[in-house]
Order: sequence, then C-alpha cells, then structure tokens
Amino acid sequence: MKLAVCIKRVPDMEMRFKIAASGTSIDEAGLKFDMSDFDGYAAEIAIQITEKLGAGEVTVISLGPDVVQETLRKALSMGAHRAVHLKQDAPVSDGLAVATALAAELRDGGYDLVLLGRMAVDTQNRSTGAFVAELLGLPFISAISKLDVAEGVVKARRELEGAYELIECPLPAVLTIDEGIARARYPSLKGIMAAKKKPMESKPAQLGAITYQLEKLELPAERAAGRIIGEGKDAVPELVRLLKEEAKVL
Amino acid sequence: MPNILAFSETRLGEMRRAGLETVTAARQVADATGGQVHAVLIGAPGVAQFAARLAAHGADVVLVLEHDAFANYNPEAIVATLAQRLGSGYRAAFFAASAQGHDLVARVAARMKLAYASDVTEFKFAGDSVTVKHPGFTNKIVQTFQLKATPAIISLRAGAVLPVENPKAGTVEAIASAIDPTTARVKVTLTEKAAGGKLDLGEAPVIIAGGRGLKEAANFKLVEDLAAAFGNAAVGATRAVTDDGWRPHSDQIGQTGRLVSPDLYVACGISGAIQHLAGMRTSKTIVAINKDKEAPIFKVADYGIVGDVMEVLPVLTEAVKQAKAGG
Repeated sequence: MKLAVCIKRVPDMEMRFKIAASGTSIDEAGLKFDMSDFDGYAAEIAIQITEKLGAGEVTVISLGPDVVQETLRKALSMGAHRAVHLKQDAPVSDGLAVATALAAELRDGGYDLVLLGRMAVDTQNRSTGAFVAELLGLPFISAISKLDVAEGVVKARRELEGAYELIECPLPAVLTIDEGIARARYPSLKGIMAAKKKPMESKPAQLGAITYQLEKLELPAERAAGRIIGEGKDAVPELVRLLKEEAKVL
Repeated sequence: MPNILAFSETRLGEMRRAGLETVTAARQVADATGGQVHAVLIGAPGVAQFAARLAAHGADVVLVLEHDAFANYNPEAIVATLAQRLGSGYRAAFFAASAQGHDLVARVAARMKLAYASDVTEFKFAGDSVTVKHPGFTNKIVQTFQLKATPAIISLRAGAVLPVENPKAGTVEAIASAIDPTTARVKVTLTEKAAGGKLDLGEAPVIIAGGRGLKEAANFKLVEDLAAAFGNAAVGATRAVTDDGWRPHSDQIGQTGRLVSPDLYVACGISGAIQHLAGMRTSKTIVAINKDKEAPIFKVADYGIVGDVMEVLPVLTEAVKQAKAGG
C-alpha cells in the first residue's frame, strides 16, 4: 500500500498574532511553527496503516519555503518513509493553486490513498483535500472520524451537524481526517535519529492559476471587557434580569 | 443579468436552516445586482415539497432533482449536476459551509476552475468584483479576499445570513442528474441523527457548554437541565471534557472543534483556554460561571458569576424555567 500525506506548516495557534506591515501576512517574528493539527492526525493514521499491514510506504509532501523541510522531518521522525518538498518561497493564499501543485506531484505517484487534514488551522478553508481529489479525478471522503481500509475498500464515518453518516468508496481515494480519530504521536529519539537518514526530495512547486487574491488581514473587533455581576447562587436573579432586559435573550 | 444560484441543503427528508440561509443570501445579491434566484433542491422523491419554502425566502425558480439515489447524500452525482448547471452561466453560487458543503463545494469549484471562498461571514458584490470576509487563525484574524472568476462560489458560515422571507414565484423546474446517481463511486450507506435528536450546535440560538469545573461526567446532567429549561439550547463541551470521553467529540467547541456564534453562550465551569475562546468568542452574549475569578473566560463574559457551577446551575435552571413560564 502506497500512502501520501499532504502536510502544512502553520504557526502555533496559541500565540498572539500581529499583522505584518504589508497588511496581507502575519508578522512571523517570535512565532513557533508546527504541523497543522489535523495533518498530524492524517500522518498518524497513514503510519498506523503501514504498521498494521507490516508493509507499505508513507510519503509526506509539503509546499512552502525551505523551512517546511523541518515539518516534513518531524513527520519522518513519527514514522513516515520519505518526504517531498515542493519549494515555493512567496506565500500563496489561493488553495486551488496550491492543490494544483500537490496534484501534479501526486498524479503519477501510484498512491492508493492520499490523506490530508480536514483543514489547515491557519487559513481554515477546508478545501485543499476536495480540490486535490477533483484534480486527480479520485473518490473523496472528507472529515473522517472513523476509518477502516481493507480489501481495496474505504469505510468511513463522518460527523454532521447533529447527525453522522457512514460512507464507502473504492481505492485509490483522497481522504481528509477529522479530530477524534487519532492523536499524532510524539517522535521517539530513535525515530528522530532514523529520520535523518530518510530521503527528502526538494523540487519547485508547479502552482496552478490564481483564482482569488488576499486583499488584507485584520484583527477582529475586540469584545468589550468582561463584567462580573456577582458571586454564587445569589447572583442568579440579577443574571436572569440582565438576560431578559439587557441582552433580551430570555 | 446573470442569475444567482443557491444550493438548499436537505437531510433525511428535512430542510436544513442552512438551505434557507443560502436562498436568503442569493436574494440579497439578486435584489442589489439584478438577475433571478435559482434554488437547487436535490433529494429523494418528495423533496419537491420544500419548493414553497424556498419560494417564500426569495427563489424565483426552484430546480428540483428527485431520485431514490439521493435519499442519502450522494456527493459525486450532486457535484456533477451542480458543475453542469454552473456551466450555463451564473453570477454567483451560494452553499452552506456545513459538513456536506465542505465535502462538495470545493469539488464543484475545482471542476469548473472557479474561485471559491469558504466559510464566509460577509460578502459584497460591486460591479465585476466580489469581496468576501472569512475568519482564519482560529478566528483570531479576519481574511478579506477578492474573487477573480465568475461565477463566484461562496460557502456561508452558519448564521452569517439569517433566513428572511421575501416571497417570489418559485417556479418549479425539474432537472436531471448529470451522471447516473446509482453508479457513483462514493456511497453514503447510512445517515443517522445523533442520539436524542438534539438541536445542533451550529443552529441552536442558545448553547450551554460545560468544562472540567463540572468535575465528572455525571454532572453534565446539570448542563443538560439548563439547556432543557431554555428549550432552544444545545449542549457543548470543552476539549478537555471530550478528550476524557465525558461527551462525544462532536460536542467539542473550540479551535479544533465547532466554531459557534449563538445569541447566548453559557460557559459552565470553563476556564476559557485560548483554544476554547477561539470557538465561541463571536457569540452575541456570553455568560460565565466559574469558581476562579481570575479565569480568562471572565475577560470575554458579558455577565460573569464567580461561584461553584454545581451550586449555581440548579438555581439558574429553576429561574430560567420560571422566566420561560412568564414568571
């Protein structure tokens, strides 16, 4: 079984963000970066599949400047087998352009499964997996919360708003992974040592046409400062009055 | 004037609120720029019954596709049918940024090489340009995009546009599936409502959420009781709580869970970790009940009560019941 996982390097979301002078990117000074959470789950699932089979190969792919090789190396230290860096120095906000480059790399790779996170936690578009599937003409299942792959068939579960559905498709397929299915493992020291010797190929990204343009980034309007109205159950009558008369939600 | 398309999501033979939101958004654009609203309704035989509701919300034309193979969501046939339809020339198309929307809309856009803005909270049509806003970075940054291609494909965040009635003719036209819907490679074999048939977090006007301050899973009963007292409330949870298995992962509100903005959010025993705030800070009114008066949740709470959630909740539940009863 050949598996590919597309991973994105994103800033640590616990940081406080500042907008860079350009107005179209964040100020990266002082930020920490790591693999997008959901991509970590996707990498974990792919590695688990090869471990369970005792065979197969996981290729991790990431697009961006040279520093994304650090993120790829982390995936190798988790247990992925080889990495492909699609080099692209300038930031690209257009998901379809990025997906076109990923699809170009994946197309002739002979992959049985292509996995991605349900979304990148920075851009929150939730579209790259679907774009890649469409560009490759492959079956696609998004936001998988349970997964079983056997005998050439994918069986998956997806959580919906107030419901869930069970989905099946044949291999090869493109899947995106939701939370709750697996925790990304921490690389072991042995894994980190082994990763240093694993192949890392770097080549220019073949971006697609740009369909939209990022105009600006802004910080959202701040909420008014919080207010404590009282202590313990004695504050309940005042809360109910405020919900009725001020907030008008009761 | 080119027309505006709106895809109306249904599930298990029911119209989704999101399906009315897309029609309302399309109506707003059509009223401003001209053109008609074409609403698309796809489902098992019987789904055409919803055409009247789409007409009431501003659909000039309702394009209906009924087939048994659409009893469950049938992504490949829907994508093919919508892509074919968009090829006939539209100014824009509105979808819901729902689980189903996120599964299908990007495929439609990629097939047609169209600009797709996902999870949009605001949009502006002016001349040839379409400008949209979309929150990112766990809702800490608002991204503004300009879409270059026509039609512009937009998925709307739940609640970004609320359903408004604006009756139009809603002439029903039957359309055909662009591919044989029985031969799709991706098959949904079962769709089932979550246990209890509760209100969904994305649609409930009120959310009562619980955190570690509840001490153990059984105490979530207090949260459920308050939700029941409101009657229009859904129950949510923090990641700490879903990770511990007190509540299902689908209840998780926060950076890696659901992003919600209800009219009222009641945080019970939630300290307000930054990942949790990311998922709920856009709520209109926030109430926090927490023992620790230094908890970050109080920085965003319109109304905070410092106290033991186990002691405050039963009293609040009774008071809400009385208020609802007119007392």
